[in-house]
Formats: sequence, structure tokens, C-alpha cells
Amino acid sequence: MPIATTPTSVPVVVDEDKCIADKGCRVCIDVCPLDVLWINEATGKAHMRYDECWYCMPCEKDCPTDAVTVNIPYLLR
Amino acid sequence: MNSAPEIPVIDMDVLVIGGGTAGPMAAVTAKERNPRLRVMLLEKANVKRSGAICMGMDGLNNAIIPGHATPEDYVKEITIANDGIVNQKALLAYAQRSFSMIEQLDGWGVHFQKDATGAYDVKKVHHLGTYVLPMPEGHNVKKILYRRLRRARVTVENRYQATRLLRDDEGRIAGAMAVGTRTAEPVVIRAKAVVLTTGAAGRLGLPSSGYLFGTYENPANCGDGHAMAYHAGAELTGLECFQINPLLKDYNGPACAYVTGPLGGFTANANGQRFIECDYWSGQMMMEFYRELEGGSGPVFLKLDHLAEETISEIETVLHSNERPSRGRFHEGRHTDYRKRMVEMHISEIGFCSGHSASGIWIDEHARTTVPGLYSAGDTASVPHNYMLGAFVYGQIAGEEAAAFVETRSEPELDRAFIETEAARVLAPLARDDGITPYQMEYKIRRLVNDYLQPPKVTRKMEIGLQRFREIREDLPLLYARDPHELLRAIETETILDCAEMAARASLFREESRWGLYHYRVDFPEQNDAEWFVHAQLAKDDDGRMVCFKRPVESYVLALDAEEKSAYRHLSVKQAANA
Repeated sequence: MPIATTPTSVPVVVDEDKCIADKGCRVCIDVCPLDVLWINEATGKAHMRYDECWYCMPCEKDCPTDAVTVNIPYLLR
Repeated sequence: MNSAPEIPVIDMDVLVIGGGTAGPMAAVTAKERNPRLRVMLLEKANVKRSGAICMGMDGLNNAIIPGHATPEDYVKEITIANDGIVNQKALLAYAQRSFSMIEQLDGWGVHFQKDATGAYDVKKVHHLGTYVLPMPEGHNVKKILYRRLRRARVTVENRYQATRLLRDDEGRIAGAMAVGTRTAEPVVIRAKAVVLTTGAAGRLGLPSSGYLFGTYENPANCGDGHAMAYHAGAELTGLECFQINPLLKDYNGPACAYVTGPLGGFTANANGQRFIECDYWSGQMMMEFYRELEGGSGPVFLKLDHLAEETISEIETVLHSNERPSRGRFHEGRHTDYRKRMVEMHISEIGFCSGHSASGIWIDEHARTTVPGLYSAGDTASVPHNYMLGAFVYGQIAGEEAAAFVETRSEPELDRAFIETEAARVLAPLARDDGITPYQMEYKIRRLVNDYLQPPKVTRKMEIGLQRFREIREDLPLLYARDPHELLRAIETETILDCAEMAARASLFREESRWGLYHYRVDFPEQNDAEWFVHAQLAKDDDGRMVCFKRPVESYVLALDAEEKSAYRHLSVKQAANA
């Protein structure tokens, strides 16, 4: 069966001006229990690649530059 | 035909699967007992922030502190709260170590609330005894555990999903297979003993929000240990005693009566009236909650708006910095202020979790499962109402027992044919070009769990549920993953399907009602002690079929009198005669 992609608005937002993933930082990517934060190949910055969030906040709390904001997923808001 | 690349084999003495709460304690304990042992802690996420307490914990729910409670009081209270179906020896083993574990954690730097004299500031939340110890600064538990793992030199492997346990030709444990969640590369970890500490099966029911990952439990905890233990032939128990919790509606995190209760907050109906005597989570309490939720005075709310400003500030500080800190943000988005109005509550989706109820992999007071060399602890093992402190205590017991067991054992033989079959099963979704995505299949399973298994339980509905699960099993060869991350979700989907089938079969087996809402069977509405004062076990038989059978409740170590037995039956608030 062929596959289609349904877009969703994701809850975790990374401020690309503050994010230092391009300098090798992987803190938010490492601590996410669901492994949904990845490097955006185009920018070298972290981003939420899969909409699978427990809004648990280690990514935001542990980010050394305060670049990450965890919003409540829209379906729950 | 290309021959598959050789699957690497790593040799260990003790393999601990699951790096949340019980797992790090088991690994550290085994290594401290015998520093020569090779001990690996395997984690599907990262041990720095994994499991139910990734953001810490706001209190102990079962602290047995001299001067406030005794181990004997506690064993009796949990026996009553669990309608008598308990292995008291296993409860007592926890209770006797409860205080020494608090002291150990205190020594490690975990902060517990103390009064002006430096004594533990314990609060009453349970129906009978006093067991709740607040941890307003409990946000650093995981950091402390991580330090202990490094200090003990435990080998940590993050981002590996264990898929099946391995056994030798005598049926003893021989290790596990795992797959890298970012590489999709399979690996064999040969081990003389395995400790399963994979947490709850929390992705079983679908939350009312419909968001797959908006579960009560950390959604990484999807029943991996339950499914692996089942396929390895271990007994599971009490799977019909579902976990159902009272929560903040939609946010689906705990309303935290344990935090707010001692400060004057309580669960109320739409009229702002208290309707339960005791906010301690039990099946009986959940039944009262469910009735009020569905009744004319519903829905149910957390009431704090009568409290003083400083009390509310204190509550906010604790609740918005520990365990589920995003709840402050959730309230903000809806302009909810604890000072001004009550907060709507709801009930959670169903799950398996011994931390709050009683379901899990059967273990005895030595953390032993029914498979030699396989141990379990924490939310995935069967000791009821165990919570975080029980996970630490049983993690410690499992670590000690596993360390002793491996001394007597030589390197296990590996079953190569099984390993190749398992690698093929796990990797199959990646080899396909199209098919059904894990998200669709998971959604469908969990929606059916809600439709057919969520209490009130009805026989015919559960039978239809089983039929639908069988049909989904026929779809498994269509499961399709585009990358290693989607493969992780595909593996989890099969685990969730196994757990759904277990939940249905265990619920159909026990033909009575027990534990309030947790196992409320409409067509068998009464508790039937004559036939069902037993543990209901579930296992895979020699022909690979899922079977249920009774296991007698062992004679109590501490007998209950008649009045104690019924204490949890009277939780609804008595209306005054002139009301």
C-alpha cells in the first residue's frame, strides 16, 4: 500500500539563533526519551523530526543556551 | 542469496534492561556486590533522562518511617487496598527495606522534606496509615542515579531496544537480543542473568485526547518487558487488574492529590463537594471517581480555590518543577488559575503498572521470575503499589540476587537458529517498500483497547476485541518502516499488540469483579472469594498458546481481622442525615 504524509504542527520549537548543535552540541537530542529530536541536515541545528512528544521537558531544561521551548501538543491544549 | 552479516555478540555477566529507576539501582548494586562482574545497563532512550521519573519525583508514596508506621502496618494496608490478592512475603521484603533505602538515597543526595528538628516530614494520604514523604526538591533523582552508575563503572548502552530474551537448552536465561534505535543494527548480549526493569505498559489504551504519546506513563514504557518475559515463558500475574488513574483532563498527568491533600486540596464533584474519604489511588477509589464522573454531579475536579495564597504558591512550586513540570504551561494556555477555579479531572487510559495497581511479571520476594536467571523489578514486576521507592528496593534485591546467581554459572550456550529468526522478524518492516505504518497500526490497536477492554468490562465485548486483535496480527507482515526510528515504533507496535491480547485474556479469565474499577465485570458484578481468591497467571504454554491459570495466594504472614478487611470498601463520603 502506498504511503502519504500528513503534516502536523510539532510541540518542541528550537530557536536556531541560540542553538549550538552546529558546533557539536547534542544535549537535547541525547536526553529526549522518545528520540524525536534530530539534526536538521540543511541548517545543522536541532529540530523535532517526529511528532511523538510527552511534553516532559528534559530537552528544554538541559539545553545550555535556552534554545528549546516545549509547548503542549495542540490536541491537548 | 546474500548471507546476512554476522550479528555481533557482547559477553556480560549481568544484563539489566531498562535504565529508569529500578534498573540503575539493580546495575549499581550488582557491581558494588562484586566489582569484577561485567554489568551492562541497556536503555532504549538515554539513562540520563529515561523512564517514569525522567524529570524527578515530588514525593514518596510508600515511605515506612519508624515512629510513623511499621512494615507490618504497611503490609496490612496494601493487602486491604489490593482486595487480599497479594504475596505478603514480597510486600514485607519491600517494607523491611523501605527505611534503609530512604537513608541510602538521602546519603546519595536525594532531598526529602524534613521538619525543623531534621526528622522526615511524613504525611497521611492513605486510608489507614501515614506513608507519604514529600520531595519538593526531587527533580535531581536521575542526575544522582547517573553519578552512581559512572562511579560503579557500569557499562551503559543507550538507544538500544531489547526485542527478545534468549534461553539455553535447559530453559535458563542466556541474554537478550537488541537493535540500535538509530542504526537498526541487531546485537546479541550474552548474559548469565538478566534483570527486566522496563517500566509500565503505558501505551496500551488511547488517551482521551487521541494523541498517541499523550499517555499517563512515559510513552517509551510500552510493555517491552511484559512481552519479552511472556515470549521467554515467564509467568505474568494480575494483568486483569488494570492501572487506571485520576488525572488532569487532557494534560493526562497526575492531579497530585498526594501533594495537595496534606495542604488541604481535594478531589471534588461539580458542586465543589468532597465525595471520597481518601485520595489514595486504589481500585475502590477509582470506582467512586468513575461513578461521580459519569453521574449527575460530575465531572470531577481538583479543588484548591479555597486555599490561602501562600499554600497555593507552595503547591505550584512543587507541581510545576517536578515529575510533570509542563503542567504549569498547560494551565497557562487555558488561563486556569488554582486560586480562581477548580481544575477538571478525568480518568486515564488503561495500562499495566504494579507501581499503582498490581499487574506485571510474577516475582517472589527475591525478585525472581519463574525463568531461572531472569529477575524483574519496578513497575514491570508484580509487587503491588510499589511506586518509586519499591522500584529502588526491588532493584536492589534483583541486583544482589543476580550477582549471586552468576557466580554459580558458566557462559551460556547461544541458540543461533533462534537468533537468526529473531533478527529477521525485527528487521522485516525495513525491508518492505510500502505497507501499513506503525502509527496507524498502533492507533488502531489502542483505539480497540478503549472500545472493548476499558472497564466496565463486558464478556462479549472483550471477545470481539480478541477477534479484532487476531485480525491485526494477520496484518503484521504488512508493517512498514522507512528508517531505524520508525522501526523502533514498529517493534513497539507488536509489543503493544501482545499486551492488548494479554489484557483481554486475563480479564476474560477472572469471572468475578475485584479491585473496584480496575476489574469491574458487569456480567460478574460480585467479588467471589470462594472461587477467585487466587492470583490469575498468564503464560505461553509449550505449544506457543497464551494460557491463564490460577495460582493460590500463599498463607498470610500477617493476618487481617474482619474490620480491617473491609476498610477500603467504604470510601464514599457519608451524607449527613439532614443533607
